Amino acid sequence: MKNRALFIYALGYLAFLYVPVLFLPIFSFNNSQFIAFPLTGFTTRWYAGLGADAAMQHALGNSLKVGLVTALLSTMLGLTAAKAVTQYRLRGAAAMLGFISLPLFIPDIVLGISLLLLLGLLNLPLSLASVVVGHMLVCVPFSITVLIARFEGFDRNLEEASADLGESGWMTFWRVTAPLMMPGILASLLLTFITSFDEFLVAYFLSGTEATLPIYIWGQLRFPERLPTVLALGAIILTVSVALVIAAEMLRNLGVKKPMVGA
Amino acid sequence: MSFLSISQVTKAFGGLPVVNAVDLAIERGEFFALLGPSGCGKTTLLRMIAGFETPDSGTISIDGDVMNNVPPHQRPTNMVFQSYAIFPHLNVFDNIAYGLRKLKLSKDQLRARVDAMLATVRLEGLGGRAADQLSGGQRQRVALARALVREPKLLLLDEPLGALDKRLRETMQVELRAIQRKVGVTFLLVTHDQEEALSLSDRIAVMSAGKILQIATPRELYERPNCREVADFIGEINFFHATVREITDTTATVNAGLLGIVTLPSANLGSHGIKRDDHILLAIRPEHVRFAPDGVAGEITSATFLGERSHFHVKIAGRSEPVSVSGNAGPQGSAVALIFPPERLIGLPSAD
Amino acid sequence: MAGTGGNSRTGYALLSPTLAVMGLALAAPLLLLAVTSLKSQAGIGFADGWTLAQYGEVLGRSSYRILFARSVGISAAVTLVTLLLAYPMAYFVAFHARHKFAWLIALTIPFWTSYLLRVFAWKIILGYGGVINSGLLRLHLIDQPLSMLLYNPFAVVVTLAHAWAAFAILPIYVSLEKIDRSLLEAASDLGDGAVRRFLRITLPLSMPGVIGAAILIFVPTTGDYVTPSLVGGPAGSMIANMIEVQFNRVGNWPLGAALALVSMVLVAVIAGLFVTAARAAAKAAR
Repeated sequence: MKNRALFIYALGYLAFLYVPVLFLPIFSFNNSQFIAFPLTGFTTRWYAGLGADAAMQHALGNSLKVGLVTALLSTMLGLTAAKAVTQYRLRGAAAMLGFISLPLFIPDIVLGISLLLLLGLLNLPLSLASVVVGHMLVCVPFSITVLIARFEGFDRNLEEASADLGESGWMTFWRVTAPLMMPGILASLLLTFITSFDEFLVAYFLSGTEATLPIYIWGQLRFPERLPTVLALGAIILTVSVALVIAAEMLRNLGVKKPMVGA
Repeated sequence: MSFLSISQVTKAFGGLPVVNAVDLAIERGEFFALLGPSGCGKTTLLRMIAGFETPDSGTISIDGDVMNNVPPHQRPTNMVFQSYAIFPHLNVFDNIAYGLRKLKLSKDQLRARVDAMLATVRLEGLGGRAADQLSGGQRQRVALARALVREPKLLLLDEPLGALDKRLRETMQVELRAIQRKVGVTFLLVTHDQEEALSLSDRIAVMSAGKILQIATPRELYERPNCREVADFIGEINFFHATVREITDTTATVNAGLLGIVTLPSANLGSHGIKRDDHILLAIRPEHVRFAPDGVAGEITSATFLGERSHFHVKIAGRSEPVSVSGNAGPQGSAVALIFPPERLIGLPSAD
Repeated sequence: MAGTGGNSRTGYALLSPTLAVMGLALAAPLLLLAVTSLKSQAGIGFADGWTLAQYGEVLGRSSYRILFARSVGISAAVTLVTLLLAYPMAYFVAFHARHKFAWLIALTIPFWTSYLLRVFAWKIILGYGGVINSGLLRLHLIDQPLSMLLYNPFAVVVTLAHAWAAFAILPIYVSLEKIDRSLLEAASDLGDGAVRRFLRITLPLSMPGVIGAAILIFVPTTGDYVTPSLVGGPAGSMIANMIEVQFNRVGNWPLGAALALVSMVLVAVIAGLFVTAARAAAKAAR
């Protein structure tokens, strides 16, 4: 009956993961400023408050911008680098890959302050652009990891077959490489976007006066009366992210099973 | 000039020559095989013809046009890859239609072309099948159809049957030959399987260590190998050391040690420039050795039943290696005598 | 057969943009960090000349040493707790779960919440007027809220173990999933019972995942800022909090840089020793 014990353990573990997170939506509908039991009644006023919160909306806009740009740039860099190390025999490839993956092994705070020093030295202002650079450090290693796994399952003969069948390099990329890499590219975009969207510490050092959403939330956590609104925001982020992930999964499955009728 | 003409082509990887000053000429409409053990350079040579590798030196020309600087997508060749390289995101129809995009055919014309090709490779009605729902044999057919539909001047096949099981391989051999006759395209096949090369091809080039050893028809290759390596690689063969005693226009007399003094037709020594007193090798196929009472005495050390004939290893005194014989005789342990008909002995230059 | 590698010049060209960005945004800043740590602060700029004074300060003062020790200690505890909790979970999904994919999705969904809010949730749970205290009060199990729940290293460990769970489950799951099932059957066939089989086959073969997960958790948690700030209190504050103070409040950048470098090197050395030791142990066990 080892399986049964394990199964019960697994359920307990799920509870450990979910209960703290579920407090966010629960208290976001609670009709009280204080985050404590017993619940005092249902309200949607904290959500209504978000609609009128210009600072929050501005921060949200900033985070979306930073996230999108970071995701696109990181995935482009990840794509070229992953192709280089998997499909070409390069001397020193392992060392170069190790160097690119270095940010995985450096605490974020060190990445943040050292970039801050460089910007200071170069007399560059802190801005959303500097946040993007910082986030790319964190995201490129993720992107490369995802895409290398994809390239490794990629039969190089397919590109040669396309060339053999009369297509130039560029058309081969569009007709063979891109469609086959698409699930990996989408996964990389999603992962890097969410990482950037959620990143606090690097942005905290590099954003200057333009707050991203995590920085805005961080600021709100100091004011107890703002907490329910922050929880409402957190609940929305959670819902949207989960919907996004599930949509991506469904899209992926669709891609596999889609019957592709000839001509 | 031949249809496919390869002249002094050399290719090295990391300083090691993989293809070494190869000359090769193939005629239009031929079914030609490059045969050799893995690592002999045959696939590299094929990939240079397709344009995936560039020769370090030498020229490759097809139908009179030098191909060296023509990229793969502009060459009049198409290839059946060893892994088949079926595009996994396209169905059978779209895989076959892949290379027809530039022809700007109407939808009906495209369908007609692909359907005709599907019929040629006997995949009628499977156009809508997804790539991952094909059996090994079907993948092979799709790969073939996809290449042939472009009507290449030269079709290159890289170990096309290697991934199939034995039964299927035999069926496909017959079919491949039939398809080649039907479409009339020049086929260049790369294989390490001598049986496949012998049964499919009009002519065969045997390669080893980046060099071509012999180019000949299957029969010639089997009956008149021009060196020990070719003789060894094509089928089974027995070798005996010998020394030339006398050589005339019609006959040669050699001292073949255990076999005694033998006189054979001098044509059997080939055109290697073998002279009097040369050390040579005498080679003979197992099926040409005969069991007869007045021959060299020996003992059967192993007998393998193979149907109509059996295969034997016969130990003869003064020789460590057993003689391979194909025929009919007693069980293991039987005493026998062997005859080596002189007209079946082939003389080859000795390596040492 | 030879010849699948295309033109290596094209390969280097493909790799160069990424290398350039990383060189500019990673190598150059780290170099600058090292240079800065050899300066001393003078007003809003740095004094002329070079000095090792910052390192003397960082290594000499006991309050910094305590902070380093606590950061490493908390991270080590987090790593250990997270791995111990996650291993049976990953084992269950890899070997006994019927809908593996659904379990994996279910296990990762909590991590799509904002990291800040996930950490903050523990403040709600452990706080003076928080979920546990208000619940216990209501059940009349206590008459005074417990103040020992929040603002200590324990709270930091629990919160981080929750926040980094996915980073343990996924690598361990992957390495368990990769184990050839016939190896397990072979072990049983050769007379191993379930426990011995686990210890002799499953555990050693899943060690790469465990080691990977350990590094993936230990390195970033040592430098975590958010969790000690929100739930650690003075007794649970870590090195990142001090670095932030030196940069943003005190304005002593050279000291902050030295703290950052020392912590980075410390983490790298510990992680390196750990991987070496774990590999040696795995080899010795064979």
